[in-house]
Amino acid sequence: MTTNATKMRVAMTVNGRLVSAEIEPRTLLIHFLRENLGLTGPHVGCDTSHCGACTVDLDGKSVKSCTVFAAQAEGSQVLTIEGMARPDGSLHPLQQAFHEHHGLQCGFCTPGMILRAYRLLQEHPKPTEEEIRWGISGNLCRCTGYQNIVKAVLAAAEMLAGENRKEAAE
Amino acid sequence: MIPGRFTYHRPASVNEAVQMLTSLGENARPLAGGHSLIPMMKLRLAQPDHLIDLGRIAGLKGIRQEGADIIIGAMTTQAEIIGSDLLAEKAPILSEAASVIADPQVRSVGTIGGNVANGDPGNDMPGVMQCLDARYGLAGSSGTRQVAARDFYEAAFFTKLGPGEILTELRLVAPAAGHGWAYEKLKRKVGDYAVAAAAVTLTLAGRTCTSASIALTNVASTPLLAVDAAKTLIGGNLDKAAIDKAAQAAMAICDPVADSRGPKEYRRSVLGVMVRRAIERAKSRAR
Repeated sequence: MTTNATKMRVAMTVNGRLVSAEIEPRTLLIHFLRENLGLTGPHVGCDTSHCGACTVDLDGKSVKSCTVFAAQAEGSQVLTIEGMARPDGSLHPLQQAFHEHHGLQCGFCTPGMILRAYRLLQEHPKPTEEEIRWGISGNLCRCTGYQNIVKAVLAAAEMLAGENRKEAAE
Repeated sequence: MIPGRFTYHRPASVNEAVQMLTSLGENARPLAGGHSLIPMMKLRLAQPDHLIDLGRIAGLKGIRQEGADIIIGAMTTQAEIIGSDLLAEKAPILSEAASVIADPQVRSVGTIGGNVANGDPGNDMPGVMQCLDARYGLAGSSGTRQVAARDFYEAAFFTKLGPGEILTELRLVAPAAGHGWAYEKLKRKVGDYAVAAAAVTLTLAGRTCTSASIALTNVASTPLLAVDAAKTLIGGNLDKAAIDKAAQAAMAICDPVADSRGPKEYRRSVLGVMVRRAIERAKSRAR
């Protein structure tokens, strides 16, 4: 299929909701999320695929949405920080753990950190501290020195493991 | 930063992609993972009028064995290289090299085909492919052909890829079972290109080195196959003197540019260290 240079239609599922819009083909996924959908959780940080502030989950992979065209995500499943809370409105264990362990100061990197940590914990449910540090190596935080972020991810892994044990027992 | 305007194309097959690329001419570019091209488009270092997205062509994905050849589809991501059991068994240097490329998010989108086809001297896989003597499968309007990785690179961003051609797959014969391997890369931080890097594979019979291959990354305008360095190892027992001699031979052929990673002399010196370490680690892994 071929579009023209000014308009094309894209459709994808974002946080469980099917969305569609007319966009320019050059629209980056981060701008589609922020400007077309009003989801301003994912941040534009460095805009050069280094800092990870724009990280979202795309079809089960962590991606930097500043370096993906929205057109490439046609038909995909996207998860942003806005889709992390539980259906009853309670915080996701990662959000809860970042809150409890003070895993942020200014908060700019936090949506990307949490989305990256979400995928990391899907892939490594019981990560070591070192695995977490490598796992979030594509996400920069200029406030915390990462200590409390790592603590929060470790704590979230424990909380999620506890939930799974409870589910298994029920 | 927002890239310039372009028309977006999403072919369903390699043939359709080649037809598009041929008919749209030189202002059309194939889009693989986009993690080199999109940043270049943001900076206006690339301004294609047409992007041909290869992302939905199923035939460009996957890793398989066919006779003696291991075939890696061009759209296979670096993360998929790392996760491949077949490669872990047959050519583990690929996983080791992919693991030091960029960061987890970039590896989940960036592809091996894009990495080798772009011709960026900073990319890691071209040197690894030269070390393994891989061949690239190219598809164009007049059919398909294979070009050896060792012949593919002409200058920075200039390759043997012709107009209207797409790199569709990488083919390699796995090094002998029990071979030793290593990819050693010094970089300033996660996500950086190499100050210098070296890929080594070798085989031992007892303590004698029976074959060796060495290639160098980001120390010239193209990857370099260090033929003389490898020759100095063959027939010897990989003692310190032999390893030093190989490192000297590798340093002699490199021609790094001075940049934010350091002056030429420093980068050449680092290259020597990378070659030494890679040989030592490959030796320790050989059976």
